[in-house]
Amino acid sequence: MEAMKETVEESLSEMRDTFASGRTRSLKWRKRQIAAIYEMVKDNEDKLCSVLFQDLGKHSTEAFRDEIGHVLRSATVAINCLDKWAVPKKSNLPLLFFPAKGKVISEPYGTVLVLSSWNFPISLSLDPLIGAIAAGNTVLLKSSELSPNASAFLAKTIPAYLDNKAIKVIEGGPDVATILLQHQWDKIFFTGSPKIGRIIMAAAAQHLTPVTLELGGKCPTIVDYPTISKNIKSVVKRITGGKWGSCSGQACISVDYVLIEKSFASTLIDMLKPLIRSFFGENPKESGCLSRIVSKQHVQRLSRLLNDPRVQASIVYGGSIDEDNLYVEPTILLDPPLDSEIMNEEIFGPILPIITVRDIQDSIGIIKSKAKPLAIYAFTNDENLKTRILSETSSGSVTFNDVMIQYMCDALPFGGVGESGIGRYHGKYSFDCFSHEKAIMEGSLAMDLEARYPPWNSFKLSFIRLAFSEAYFKLLFLMLGLKRSK
Amino acid sequence: MAAAKKVFGAAEASDLVNELRRSFDDGVTRGYDWRITQLKKLLVICDNHEHEIVEALRDDLGKPELESSVFEVALLRNSCKLALKQLKNWMAPDKAKTSLTTFPASAEIVSEPLGVVLVISAWNYPFLLSIDPVIGAISAGNAVVLKPSELAPASSALLAKLLEQYLDPSAVRVVEGNVNETTLLLDQKWDKIFYTGSSKIGRVIMTAAAKHLTPVVLELGGKSPVVVDSNTDLKVTVRRIIAGKWGCNNGQACVSPDYILTTKEFAPKLIDAMKHELETFYGKKPMDSKDMSRIVNSNHFDRLSKLLEEKEVSDKIVYGGDKDRENLKIAPTILLDVPLDSLIMSEEIFGPLLPIITLNNLEESFDVIHSRPKPLAAYLFTHNQKLKERFAMTVSAGGIVVNDIAVHLALHTLPFGGVGESGMGAYHGKFSFDAFSHKKAVLYRSLFGDAPVRYPPYSRGKLRLLKALVDSNIFNIFKVLLGLS
Repeated sequence: MEAMKETVEESLSEMRDTFASGRTRSLKWRKRQIAAIYEMVKDNEDKLCSVLFQDLGKHSTEAFRDEIGHVLRSATVAINCLDKWAVPKKSNLPLLFFPAKGKVISEPYGTVLVLSSWNFPISLSLDPLIGAIAAGNTVLLKSSELSPNASAFLAKTIPAYLDNKAIKVIEGGPDVATILLQHQWDKIFFTGSPKIGRIIMAAAAQHLTPVTLELGGKCPTIVDYPTISKNIKSVVKRITGGKWGSCSGQACISVDYVLIEKSFASTLIDMLKPLIRSFFGENPKESGCLSRIVSKQHVQRLSRLLNDPRVQASIVYGGSIDEDNLYVEPTILLDPPLDSEIMNEEIFGPILPIITVRDIQDSIGIIKSKAKPLAIYAFTNDENLKTRILSETSSGSVTFNDVMIQYMCDALPFGGVGESGIGRYHGKYSFDCFSHEKAIMEGSLAMDLEARYPPWNSFKLSFIRLAFSEAYFKLLFLMLGLKRSK
Repeated sequence: MAAAKKVFGAAEASDLVNELRRSFDDGVTRGYDWRITQLKKLLVICDNHEHEIVEALRDDLGKPELESSVFEVALLRNSCKLALKQLKNWMAPDKAKTSLTTFPASAEIVSEPLGVVLVISAWNYPFLLSIDPVIGAISAGNAVVLKPSELAPASSALLAKLLEQYLDPSAVRVVEGNVNETTLLLDQKWDKIFYTGSSKIGRVIMTAAAKHLTPVVLELGGKSPVVVDSNTDLKVTVRRIIAGKWGCNNGQACVSPDYILTTKEFAPKLIDAMKHELETFYGKKPMDSKDMSRIVNSNHFDRLSKLLEEKEVSDKIVYGGDKDRENLKIAPTILLDVPLDSLIMSEEIFGPLLPIITLNNLEESFDVIHSRPKPLAAYLFTHNQKLKERFAMTVSAGGIVVNDIAVHLALHTLPFGGVGESGMGAYHGKFSFDAFSHKKAVLYRSLFGDAPVRYPPYSRGKLRLLKALVDSNIFNIFKVLLGLS
């Protein structure tokens, strides 16, 4: 650990010196680094698919869609838009302050820490990295030890492509994170669980370090059957693909549970079952299209969620577990009790509870009774229901008639609220996430108003009062002696 | 004649938050009309009770009427009027652009209130720093608890009385008290905490907030430096520094000019000009001038005295230095070249003492500033365009003001907040509304047009199409679809 402490201190010191040198301020430097990330990913697509398969059993298509492709797009957008993002924003000043000028410039925080997660170890490392670099910071990335092959790839390959006095990678688990958090950073970006998010924020508080915490929650999916029944096939495909097709449910924006009116639940289940078989074959374990559970601990965790006898009784599909092969079968539950553990913590796995309600409007009450999630999904064509969902629930985001896809829309901020997180990123929001918005005001030395200075008298008081209320005519009258001072 | 003080314990704190949460969940604060009504009432408070506010500030701080009228009431009045005028705009969703990968879809960003928020304010501008954030909280549709500072007791009591009298008690409340009440409040779960005060307490606030993952805005302070170039209009420069320092609560302001950096060559001229203008402003006996606030209390008086009494500092006084503990007055005091590691150069002064540090050349000022924690504001007086640009680009502070002092906080079009030790988050104008809102991303997708490429079982063809979609290159997509790739 002593060696690790020294490494961290040396790295920090070097990154601070690099930042102080001004090198990262240059837009050319930033674009070159981001282009290097693009090249690194493009050059190593096969290797990346391979490490993601080793760590999570991800199929290369899933790896491309959710991670590689995402990073390539993110890098492209950043390179194309950086000049625009970095332009200072002019502010209009009230006439009173003429001829003063105001603007806001985005300035890098300095040396930032990115702590990424194991479920999308490439995109959740490189996407924030792109944001931090675009904003002109030096960055230390700590990738997750639970995805060791991806982590090793990043630790070995990033130094070969990027400016390694400015961008560094460190591998390790909680003990390394603890050492990192003892130091002062100018910003910390964390993706992970709310429990660890609290620890990160408390550590950051010691140094008044601003944080962005991308956490999780139980993302509900409302299925308003009657209003979308004509397109039910699409709905079922999107839910199935979204839940099991993306890291086997181990995603912060995964469909956690479904809400549907009681009378339609069996229809939905009867469509989900064959679709799961058509996506993943009769034996999903062998299909190659279903990711693995990341570790034995997580298999045990999911197993424990299913062990509750009342939950066991609610299994209508799947349920088998193979701990040695890190496999949990795509599982559907029908109405597990709302007070069971599985309905009170983020599932983060291939188990889908279907909760029935008497009236679809009741879903809103259930959603509100839980912590604010990262995403709410709703399949409905009922405008009133849409309005109610938007105005009565709170979540990082709301997506109507699809799942997961808001992640790919880089014009939308991606982040949580309440238990699901603080701050946001993607697209320009990544740039802003890692920038301090510095206000700059320039006054003129030429025009000076006596009324600004003591000793005070009633004329000056009237003058300033009128000036502040921008009552310019009254001000004029006062100055011309046509208005009495109070 | 004070009414019996109600006990405020853990149970009361919890009940308070629960009550406000119920109001919020019932939708009391969400509607445009409710918010407008509250804002109008705040405006009425500014219009009808200015006299009482001025009196309270005189009691608490000896604040001159002009400062109270202008830097507290007038600024608040403007803040209310702006919110009243702009609220509809602010509340409207923002449309966002969608791309080929999410086509067909439309997207927008909806501002929604966070819920029940806590505003903890400071003693130096007790009305401004209480009501301005409350304006932000209310316009964003939150229920809010305000905890004013006990170091300005008359203001705290008046705030409690006026807010209780005018605003909706089911959603807006004031809790008076000291560190005990603050701690009880901090134990509760809030949806946002807005704090104005010291960096030391800022850490305590953020640590408490971390327990509930509560986002915070921390408006802290720091040593705001003033760099004075010889290439400037000396008289205007000096007048603005004096008005910004002693004319704003007698140096007890978060953006107060804390110390000056100038060249050895220019310093004598600067000091002479300052002495001259100080006399013009405050007369030959500044201790008798009614145009400066007093020191807030004996703790702060003793703190400031200690700064002046340190060895190697006390002999550097070139103007002022008079003290009157009974009346809590310290004369405008200028010091020349105190040691950089002295107490007065290590902590935020927050008082009427102004050290001037001389350098061989102005270039060195960048190093001096850079070697210290980031301040809330950094000031520069110069005609030199290149120097202005370099200063703006390289000095990191909450905000930069060139050729003036402190005025930027009257500008609602500029975000007001710190960085590093001087804070996090920003407010004023629309930035206040945003500070108390959650910007919810909303994506509307159509159920038509489903790309089989999204779903397992995965195949080579699907992978190619996906890659083409990611590139968003229309030609590639066609090539793949036509089987030409």
